[in-house]
Amino acid sequence: MFEKILIANRGEIACRVIASAKRMGIATVAVYSEADRVAKHVREADESVCIGPPPTAESYLLGERIIQACRDTGAAAVHPGYGFLSENSEFAERLEKEGLVFIGPGAHAIRAMGDKITSKKLAAKADVSVIPGYDGVVPDADRAAEIAAGIGYPVMIKASAGGGGKGMRIAHDEASCRDGFERAASEALSSFGDERVFIEKFIDNPRHIEIQVLADAHGHAIALNERECSIQRRHQKVVEEAPSPFLNDETRSAMMAQAVALAKAVDYRSAGTVEFVVDENRNFYFLEMNTRLQVEHPITELITGLDLVEWMIRIAAGEPLTIDQEDIGINGWAIESRIYAENPLRGFLPSTGRIRRYRAPRNVPNMRIDTGVEEGSEISMFYDPMIAKLVTWGETREEAMNAMSVSLNRYYIRGVDTNIPFLSSILKHPVFRSGEINTSFIEREYPDGFATEPIDEGLLPGVVCALSSIHHRFHLRGGTITGQVEGYGRNVNLNWVVVIDGVEHSTRIKEGEDEDGMTVYLNDQPYRVRDDWVIAEPVYQGRVNGIEVNLQIEKHDFRYDFVCDSYAGRVIVCRPNTAELARLMPFKPPPDLSRFLLSPMPGLLVSMSVEVGQQVKPGEELAVIEAMKMENSLRAEQSCVVSKVLAEPGSKLEVDQPILEFE
Amino acid sequence: MVEDSSYMFVTGPDVVKTVTHEEVSAEDLGGAITHTTRSGVADLSFENDVHTLLMTRRLFNFLPLNNRSMPPLRETSDIPGRIEMSLDTLIPDNPNLPYDIKELIHKVVDEGDFLELQPDYAKNIITGFARIEGSTVGIVANQPMVLAGCLDINASIKGARFVRFCDAFNIPIVTFVDVPGFMPGTSQEYGGIILHGAKLLFAYAECTVPKITVITRKAYGGAYDVMSSKHLRGDVNLAWPSAEIAVMGPKGAVEIIFREEAKDPEQLARREAEYREKFANPFVAGRRGFIDDVILPHATRMRVCRSLAMLKDKSLKNPWKKHANIPL
Repeated sequence: MFEKILIANRGEIACRVIASAKRMGIATVAVYSEADRVAKHVREADESVCIGPPPTAESYLLGERIIQACRDTGAAAVHPGYGFLSENSEFAERLEKEGLVFIGPGAHAIRAMGDKITSKKLAAKADVSVIPGYDGVVPDADRAAEIAAGIGYPVMIKASAGGGGKGMRIAHDEASCRDGFERAASEALSSFGDERVFIEKFIDNPRHIEIQVLADAHGHAIALNERECSIQRRHQKVVEEAPSPFLNDETRSAMMAQAVALAKAVDYRSAGTVEFVVDENRNFYFLEMNTRLQVEHPITELITGLDLVEWMIRIAAGEPLTIDQEDIGINGWAIESRIYAENPLRGFLPSTGRIRRYRAPRNVPNMRIDTGVEEGSEISMFYDPMIAKLVTWGETREEAMNAMSVSLNRYYIRGVDTNIPFLSSILKHPVFRSGEINTSFIEREYPDGFATEPIDEGLLPGVVCALSSIHHRFHLRGGTITGQVEGYGRNVNLNWVVVIDGVEHSTRIKEGEDEDGMTVYLNDQPYRVRDDWVIAEPVYQGRVNGIEVNLQIEKHDFRYDFVCDSYAGRVIVCRPNTAELARLMPFKPPPDLSRFLLSPMPGLLVSMSVEVGQQVKPGEELAVIEAMKMENSLRAEQSCVVSKVLAEPGSKLEVDQPILEFE
Repeated sequence: MVEDSSYMFVTGPDVVKTVTHEEVSAEDLGGAITHTTRSGVADLSFENDVHTLLMTRRLFNFLPLNNRSMPPLRETSDIPGRIEMSLDTLIPDNPNLPYDIKELIHKVVDEGDFLELQPDYAKNIITGFARIEGSTVGIVANQPMVLAGCLDINASIKGARFVRFCDAFNIPIVTFVDVPGFMPGTSQEYGGIILHGAKLLFAYAECTVPKITVITRKAYGGAYDVMSSKHLRGDVNLAWPSAEIAVMGPKGAVEIIFREEAKDPEQLARREAEYREKFANPFVAGRRGFIDDVILPHATRMRVCRSLAMLKDKSLKNPWKKHANIPL
């Protein structure tokens, strides 16, 4: 076994590998860029080496620096994590030449699987089912119809030189196939100057399901069940689960057998993942093989009880894989949510900056968090914006989903925006809960992006009563203040109006304290509020009439900022007479911002492309903002006339700061 | 002030028009936005009357009944020994990068509860009330996010008025310092920065309530002096290890001291490094007694709480005079 290994990565995966190495008694070396000097993975490793400036091309991607770091520290092996150098066959080869061990597959396997065409050919040779198609050039429409009939409808006719959906047609029958062929070919000719097209089976609403494999250097390979990764946003996985709610034993074993066969065919060693697309009839087709540890590996670990990193290290050290396929079962259900620093309310715009407040969920059983950040960490523009992977486990899918919802509600992160409300929304979405998901789930269910959603009807009374009791505790505490005029002490008020989004809910606190909490009346119904909340705790966990209520609540002046599932908003709790007066206040509509160009992000106004009085057309560039070292062009959404320029080039902009006014 | 419906002015828009031929709306002349962002006459503004009254109550919550009573005490479950590890990474590696001093304020005071006054006026200095161990304190802090935290005329006046308010009502003052100096330039000098800057100096010097100072980063020259330094009878002056207490920043200082070497950038860089090594730290000031202790950022709340507890019964009387002569 190695005495010391180096982890050529950063963030949560570096911390993850360090944790396994520590458990195995192996010393660890972290590498870091100048931006990561005080990062968590640097502190957790036994030693650390700085390998260059923040951009990845000048640090984490430089194999030479990593090898030098190994020489300097005496590390015998390198774990690449995922991304960066993990699927770089040249790096793996270089390490070998230096007498160092790459904790991953051999360079030949990386190379073979890294190429889409070779990998497909190899897969076909190993009897792995690949997407049926005709990879030769289709000469005419008759031949196209013949081929399509052979493959089975629906089929996709695609330009060989294609891209971006141009020259692509989907055909459901012979007529549309002939027609599609003509159109695709002519479109291909006009767009790419190349009229060659090919035909392949079209998979409608596919699921993305992958099989984890583990193989040693002695020819033994096993499959560790599947992971369902269909919930994706722009090909980025968001929520993953294991096992898949869709597979039956038969399909599962067939997929696992094929994955193992493929691993053996490329002489695979270490942990790897074989990705498949699965259609509605449980036909599955090979997509590609990832020759590294996947981001979503924890869910496999939770249902199999194995430590994949540990096995990667053992296999790299030449140890045989002592587990047989029969030993692998499925224990319960695991779900992973990827928490990203992005703003779901603003089209998932990345959010960078300092994490001012960070508190992981507490008191959730069977929860695991893989993260590389802590309070005070910086989400830098240089790296992946993933904050953490939140994983929950349950005996059943239902249990795992509920635990996930609770954990998301208790995950308190401030300073950067996160996709937590969006994840909460997915977790309670009826389609997701039914398990009838596929890769178009987000596109189909959130066609206009994400907006904050009202609190569930069923949960609302509990939330209102919890808010009322929270405010009452502030009120009672306020009564203990010193310096009151004697004889004129404060009267305790018991009636509270909770105003959420302009809707008033009248509550009354039961006089005198219950033994273990408060009773709040709402619509003359008693609600028993039980919790261990203390004033100023940002996370509220309690039960109202036995129903669990989880909130994030922060008092700001006279109102509360509060978050519950996919709802985020402000709430005022006040006396009935205050509410009555508030009703008389004039309603001030928020300013009409459609007449303004607002800065979508903090940054520097580099240049202004228009001037006062200029007529602009939709799509025309208005201004350029530099943010995160990237120049972002702001374009007109509709045709309009510029009436005022509100910011000077060279000035610093804040989010939502107006730049231009239109007529 | 209530937004869109309240106005304050000495002479209204009609008189202004007759006398000076200047056309201005009531809103622009003396509305809530004008007074909270331009004139500094009003402290806060709100959407409507109800919000304004609720906030007035919140403000009164921090104040004693009169200038002879002590500020009120309120229970809190926030412990004085709370450690905030994240403050250790608050100061960026690069001394020219800003950071938000409000994060420090929120993490030091009870329950993160801070009522900021004049938040939209002279944003380079922050003033407001908070509680420490349940008792009201006034917070004054330079804001590196705005004008690098430089003191200008408006900031000096805003700070001075707040310090005197606290002193008048027996409210201890906690000052967080990260100030690169006074704002240079003709508009400031013509406007009388010497006179107005002295107001802040005078206010701190004259005030007799407990004064705790924490220097987080830059404390340069005259501006350092003004910000509740030991020289102005600061009671407990603490510094983070990142503090730089000097007449000016290393670069500027070297360019003046070694003016004859200005043509040799290499030599100058060496001198700068030397200066940085020698003076860009809190220890020189500590050796002379201007700093009581160098503390780790994560322990700031604990040290501020302890210092205030120690100074609870501070009693100090200024020599008798008819009244002080603050440079008005």
